[in-house]
Amino acid sequence: MDFDLSEEQRMLKESVDRLLEDRYSFEQRKTYTRAADGWSRELWKQYADLGLLGVPFSQDHGGFGGGPVETMILMEAFGKALVLEPYFATVILFGGAVKIAGSEAQKADLLPKVAEGKLLGAFAHSERDSRYDLADVKTTAKKDGTGWVLDGEKTVVIHGDCADKLVVSARVSGGQRDKDGLALFLVDAKAPGVTRKGYPTQDSLRAADITLKGVKVAASDVLGEPGKAYAAIEKIAQSAIQALSAEAVGGMQEMLDITVEYLKTRQQFGVPIGSFQALQHRAVDMLVATEQARSMAMFAAMMVDEKDAEERAKAISACKVHIGKSGRYVGQQSIQLHGGIGMTLEYKVGHYFIRSTMIEILFGDTDHHLAALARAGGLIPAGTTA
Amino acid sequence: MELQFTAEENAFRNEARDFFRSALPDAIRNRVQRGQHLAKEDIVAWQRILNKKGWATPMWPVELGGTGWDAVRYFIYKEEMTRANAPEPLGMNVHMVGPVIINFGTDEQKQFFLPKVQNLDIWFCQGFSEPGSGSDLASLKTSAVRDGDHYVINGQKIWTSGAHRADWMFGLFRTDPNAKKQRGISYILLDMKSAGVTVRPIITMDHGHTVNEVFFDNVRVPVKNLIGEENKGWSYAKFLLGNERVGIARVGFSAGRIAYAKAIAARTVVDGRPLAEHPRFREKMALIEVELKALEITNMMVVAGMKKSGPTQDPRTSVLKLKGTEIQQALCEILLEIAGPAALAHEHAFLEGSDELITAPEWNATAAPNYFRVRAATIYGGTSEVQRNVVAKGVLGL
Repeated sequence: MDFDLSEEQRMLKESVDRLLEDRYSFEQRKTYTRAADGWSRELWKQYADLGLLGVPFSQDHGGFGGGPVETMILMEAFGKALVLEPYFATVILFGGAVKIAGSEAQKADLLPKVAEGKLLGAFAHSERDSRYDLADVKTTAKKDGTGWVLDGEKTVVIHGDCADKLVVSARVSGGQRDKDGLALFLVDAKAPGVTRKGYPTQDSLRAADITLKGVKVAASDVLGEPGKAYAAIEKIAQSAIQALSAEAVGGMQEMLDITVEYLKTRQQFGVPIGSFQALQHRAVDMLVATEQARSMAMFAAMMVDEKDAEERAKAISACKVHIGKSGRYVGQQSIQLHGGIGMTLEYKVGHYFIRSTMIEILFGDTDHHLAALARAGGLIPAGTTA
Repeated sequence: MELQFTAEENAFRNEARDFFRSALPDAIRNRVQRGQHLAKEDIVAWQRILNKKGWATPMWPVELGGTGWDAVRYFIYKEEMTRANAPEPLGMNVHMVGPVIINFGTDEQKQFFLPKVQNLDIWFCQGFSEPGSGSDLASLKTSAVRDGDHYVINGQKIWTSGAHRADWMFGLFRTDPNAKKQRGISYILLDMKSAGVTVRPIITMDHGHTVNEVFFDNVRVPVKNLIGEENKGWSYAKFLLGNERVGIARVGFSAGRIAYAKAIAARTVVDGRPLAEHPRFREKMALIEVELKALEITNMMVVAGMKKSGPTQDPRTSVLKLKGTEIQQALCEILLEIAGPAALAHEHAFLEGSDELITAPEWNATAAPNYFRVRAATIYGGTSEVQRNVVAKGVLGL
């Protein structure tokens, strides 16, 4: 075990930090939100040129051969800059689904395209009633000759509006909430029977509701074994949480830095408000929460590839619980310590608060994961009284 | 960055686990698990067992009896030691005075003290706080006045943990009354058997005797017991604070308390079923486990950093103190809540190490006094409020 970045990791961090420093000021970001997609195609190409879009993929698939640590480095930087581009949807979710559930041929076909920036993807899984239950899928897949026909409705598919290809979950058998009977399909976003309604989300990103009506899928576009996809879906969600945790930490650090800077410059009663102990202690508690969150993002990176499925699930839930709680704390305090200016969209701290609130909701909120962790017996096994 | 344990690290874990399991006397193990106070002999005996194995002072320099382990091995060692319900080696010796002597002591001091500190032939207590100097430690007044080859010490220390068990004290004394606060303080070692030293017990809410007042009435201490330079004592004490805080996270100890609390909850029936099965209890516990996991990783990163660059003003050391003590307190609260009415009886003899119980089950008998006692955790070693002041100023620049 070693907490220092390797030479390659350091270079990765430096290159992404440098790019975002040049291209992602708060003002520049505003102009990207006004583009047709709500993000910058030109920057997407730069991410591709720098190799960022292939970071988690193996070198055979045109990637960087990175693991959870490399993802952590990137996502933390993206969190700091409030990046708008669909990295999470395309690389982490869509690429992750192909990597986790796909055949060698599917990976060899799709992952290089993602890495080159030529293919945008999305993970069309959640539905109106599913909330945080990963097994809750009503969309159906019916056998049709050698292929399948999909019918159903997916909601709040992150960056589903701009995606070229979707990974769609559907039920081949069983009841609405059964873990058995799920399957994953690759669906062209423009395939007949697919309709998309794109819209902005609270955090200036984009999402889509996607309706599937008699959508035909070839047998070669099934990811993994039909009916047995739950484990893969869970793994995709866990990778997503690992990535989101790092993004959240980047955001928390930024909220802390912005707030501390404000405390030093804002004058009231003839002194900087940072000279008041009540505010100092609040800022310190923000720092404590941020550092602890960073440790949990590190823990998620340690555990996301753990072979023992139960230990892995508990660790990821533990991480999401902490990120949810600490993100909420740091966010709320950063607004409070700013006072009125913190409430406005003109000022940047509120944008971090919004994103941090959305991260808490994505892939299971604090209560959901705390209940899951508690049901599973927690992180530490019971001892004996003897 | 490599976030997995290597095969060698896992092999070391097995070695440590086997050693602690076989080497720790059952009587000591039981007392630690039940939250009873340890006798001085228990602590001495255990440290000598560790020392024989070469594991009493793992992080000291190798030539002075350290193991040469990296931070990861040290963590595995601590984790396995506490998991086995072994007491930790005496912190005042191993983490506090030892490193100061190693870094600032003379060769003669090193030769005389270090082997004895390591083997617990000498038990050290810390003479820092005074009645008028708590959080504002630098205002301390107990004076050491030079008289030939001796200092003559007059004044009073308070809250001195283990002074009644100690052979020696390392303390801060004012050697220059005219210098500004921090500048006139010296770090001096003194023999507790010296004429003019009086120790008076202070009994705390748990009815336990841990802390004391120590009075100095013209106590003569040879000048050769001064550490480093006269009037530079404050900087040596500050050097210590980082060390103290790494230990103060007490991650392994808290993990052991969680495992024990779960075991007790499994045999405590509430509304017709074990408390351990109640979702509310499980969630309360899980939340503490999450906080502890975060602290454990922070602790590992801090120690990994210290191992590379020496003691630093790493902001995370204050995080360790703040969060570590909050978690210890939360766990003592939970143990008290689990005990419920079984915590009411005053089982003093049991708390002090006897096997005799008046009425309470052995796993509930120390819940109340340990809860009372742990309130001190956010007060000693720099109160939580002082920690926040330090971070606000030193890290955030406020």
